[in-house]
Amino acid sequence: MTIKLKIDGREVTVEDGRDLLSIALEQGVDVPHFCWHAALGSVGACRMCAVKVAPGEGTPGKVEMACMTPASDGMVVDTTDAEAARFRAQVIEWLMLNHPHDCAVCEEGGACHLQDMVVATGHHDRRARGPKRTHRNQNLGPLLTHEMNRCIGCWRCLRFYRDHAGGRDFNAFGAHDRLYFGRAGDGPLDSPFAGNLAEVCPTGVFTDKAWSGVYARPWDLSATPAICTGCSAGCNVTLNERGGTLRRVLNRYHGAINGFFLCDRGRWSPWSVDGPGRLTGAVTLPRVAGAVGLGSPRASLESNWALRRLVGPGRFFAGVSDRETALTARMAALLKASPVPSLTEMAAADAILVLGEDLTATAPRAALALRQAVRGAERDLACKKGVALWLDDAVRVAGEGRRSPLALVTALPDALDDIASFAIRRAPHDMAAFAAAILAALQGRPADAEASAIAQALSTARAPLIIAGAGLGLAGPVEAAASLATALGPKARLALFPAEAGSFGLSLLAPAGGIEAALAELERNPGPLVVLENDLFRRADPALVERLFAKATQVIALDHLATETTTAAALAVPVAAPAEAAGTWVNHEGRAQRSFAFRPADPQAPTAWRVLAALAGETPEPGLDALLEALVADLPALAAVRDGAPGVDHGPVPRAHPRQSARTAGNHPDRATRTDPDSPLSWTMEGDRAPEPALATWTDRPGLHSVSAEYAAQQWIGGPLKGGDPGVNVLHAAADAPALADPPPGAGLLGLPLHSPFAAHEADAASPPLAARAPAARVTLHPADAARLGLTAGALLVIDGRPAPAPLSLDPDLPAGHIGLSGLRALRPVILGGAP
Amino acid sequence: MTGILDQLWRIGRMLFLPKQTRGYPEVKPVLPPRYRARIVLTRDPDGQERCVACNLCAAACPPDCIEVVKAETEDGRWYPATFRINFSRCIFCGFCEEACPTSAIQLTPDFELADYDRDSLLYDKQDLLIAGPGKRPDYSYWQVAGKAIAGKDKGAGENEAPPVDLKDLTP
Ligand code: SF4
Ligand code: SF4
Ligand code: SF4
Ligand code: SF4
Ligand code: FES
Repeated sequence: MTIKLKIDGREVTVEDGRDLLSIALEQGVDVPHFCWHAALGSVGACRMCAVKVAPGEGTPGKVEMACMTPASDGMVVDTTDAEAARFRAQVIEWLMLNHPHDCAVCEEGGACHLQDMVVATGHHDRRARGPKRTHRNQNLGPLLTHEMNRCIGCWRCLRFYRDHAGGRDFNAFGAHDRLYFGRAGDGPLDSPFAGNLAEVCPTGVFTDKAWSGVYARPWDLSATPAICTGCSAGCNVTLNERGGTLRRVLNRYHGAINGFFLCDRGRWSPWSVDGPGRLTGAVTLPRVAGAVGLGSPRASLESNWALRRLVGPGRFFAGVSDRETALTARMAALLKASPVPSLTEMAAADAILVLGEDLTATAPRAALALRQAVRGAERDLACKKGVALWLDDAVRVAGEGRRSPLALVTALPDALDDIASFAIRRAPHDMAAFAAAILAALQGRPADAEASAIAQALSTARAPLIIAGAGLGLAGPVEAAASLATALGPKARLALFPAEAGSFGLSLLAPAGGIEAALAELERNPGPLVVLENDLFRRADPALVERLFAKATQVIALDHLATETTTAAALAVPVAAPAEAAGTWVNHEGRAQRSFAFRPADPQAPTAWRVLAALAGETPEPGLDALLEALVADLPALAAVRDGAPGVDHGPVPRAHPRQSARTAGNHPDRATRTDPDSPLSWTMEGDRAPEPALATWTDRPGLHSVSAEYAAQQWIGGPLKGGDPGVNVLHAAADAPALADPPPGAGLLGLPLHSPFAAHEADAASPPLAARAPAARVTLHPADAARLGLTAGALLVIDGRPAPAPLSLDPDLPAGHIGLSGLRALRPVILGGAP
Repeated sequence: MTGILDQLWRIGRMLFLPKQTRGYPEVKPVLPPRYRARIVLTRDPDGQERCVACNLCAAACPPDCIEVVKAETEDGRWYPATFRINFSRCIFCGFCEEACPTSAIQLTPDFELADYDRDSLLYDKQDLLIAGPGKRPDYSYWQVAGKAIAGKDKGAGENEAPPVDLKDLTP
């Protein structure tokens, strides 16, 4: 049902049952606000959004909080009313009572929601003469600053951290004007989503510490739209640059994927571009012929394709094990058959089964989506009681803490256990059997109580969701997840997360196999080996990689990081990091999204696809558009990737901020690169911002400079972006793949990957802020296994002939027969002992 | 005819008025202290660098001729790692001085900046910093800011209450 109301004299028609604030903001009427957040709803804590509301034309109105007032038919809302304006002016004066005189030394300044609101309400002079209350700060670790004096008590941080992200080590302390938001003591925030506090907090209490270290005011930063390469979710980010260095990574709203929030890996792993681990040095490129190529799951679609063109489809292999290659291809084939849920759709599921995946570590943003999904039951109950869904606090009370069923079948205690209705532990190889029991229960056959209860929850749900992934490297859970989704019928959704951001892109190029197959090919037809952006030693058994290198006549490794692989290679060619290169990334949905280079290419480290063309002795394509034409001519099924973003001739679109300063203070802008051969984005402030969201640079506008105002780019608040959410689906190009079975576990010890949200890939270890945040590496055994092997805690093991990354610790949660290992990619047999 | 005579009269009259021509550069002009010319960076009353690298002057400057790069000391004090003014672009409008929250940047009456070499008109921090507080001898931004630095703990600034004891249960 729709209703009509008047806001500032303008008639608007909206859905019934909404709050006045979001309606006004959506209509472009910028009502001042603090505690309301598009993703967190209304709580009415700050009293900033006062407007004059009359029930009808000609009736006297009264001042009400827009965020707490439901819109009704015929309502007349006046935001400019003198009484309401006076009310807001008083509120801001109270809020500023204790606010320090800090703007000059506050990172937030220039894109501060509080500054914007103070200016909007006309407050410019502190009349109060009493002393200001002060607070001591906490050291929140390497990622965030904490300056509690600046808090205005809007509660957004707590509502995000505890209610939205499920963190437990952060709380409100003190009372009334002594309110304090922090931890019980110093220390990094546990949650892998803590970085969002820097954007959620409307003041400078929490800011990005890495940015502060290389600080530039927001108006002096250029903004480049990019895709996070931290996992296969494909979150959208903005990379801020000044003077050729990375200064900050921000969330870039995407209606179907990340919405308003990123994970910490996404926010800080791009910092590897200016970290100490870069591969550098000038090389003379040889002419390469007859080579075998190893593609990479952390390279863009374009770079992988350029390698495929160099070596030919028959000699193009994936730089991961044969099993992972087959598993990724199988996952793409399974997903092709049915609509794949986006993260936003996953957040709307009402019964979820996760099979084997440590989602919080392997695709963190998806775990955050599940945290919203389980609140569905609470929302349903509140709805039944007549509570509007935007009344965040009321929904929590009326919902009586109900949780939609979430079943986690994992090998180890999981970060999502606190919201799971079924936290089930199974050894990796027993997961498929458990899933088979659920399937049996679904089909009315006898099954154990837990499996029956899960089957019951899934079958009675409106929108059940089954999730699996490549986190264990096993096909069993993936196949089982697919059969369960099939058994549940068309209402069910299947989500499968491949190992990395580039996994599906690589798979769509149909590699002839993995590392083992590449070795066999080299044995048949020897030749040089070209390794693209890949530390093979992290992705496969080191012994296998050594055999592979021994067989190649020459090893050429292209990478932006110095790794064990580039050290072992005869020729290591520095190339651009993902953040420095334009390219396409295919996420877990099969959505191909374009990412752009945040700074002009360094001639010493060009984009990998340019280097690969040069290795073939060809003149590289002049730009990405030409490369994509060649790619599509070669593989017409991928034609849609051209539509990932507008081409070069669409520009210029400025990335520099229109208010940028100090261009002429001894800098020579005439010598600087201004245009980008691979995108319509320029490094100047000339031109217009593009209406296409794939080219979104800045979202601020006069009067509203902070990320709190980014709702203006959305079709409706929290909905898709105006112009459509970026990305095109290319999963239809995936080849069919046969069902896979896992080899039997065998008698020896099985290495079980211990994933971490802060240390997943090479780039995470090479990013100074993330490396400082990452937990120490672990090597764990069940105490019984340790006793059987005669090992004690603290033992320094030798695993597969290499020293273990950490001393042994004992963990009774580890399944018997397994050894937990940080940095391991997939479950595989390992051998203890031997010479280091 | 009368017009020509009128002109001659008006111009000829000037011969008997005092001369306006200045003997510059032999005779230096006397300028008021608030005259706007060569820019300096002043110091806090305690002799520490005043500029906190907030970049407000750079943002206010119409010809964009200031570049400031923020750095931070161990104890949390912001300062400019780079402070550069391109005097070949400066129009001596004084907006920077008006924008400055710390009174660090001040214009002085020294207007003799001509040079044959453009690059020598790029003044860096060491060229701009002077020894004293300039026109505002008493003001210290850090005393009114909420951030703690060495020598000024939380609650020790002007008009500040001592830090809150979070374990205090009194209403
Ligand atoms: S939070 Fe905003 S208003 Fe407060 S000191 Fe920082 S920039 Fe200024
Ligand atoms: S710390 Fe920031 S988000 Fe939290 S209550 Fe204070 S101002 Fe609001
Ligand atoms: S006086 Fe004017 S032109 Fe010169 S530096 Fe200051 S703001 Fe810029
Ligand atoms: S001179 Fe003043 S306005 Fe300029 S950066 Fe320093 S403190 Fe800020
Ligand atoms: S935004 Fe409405 S009360 Fe805070």
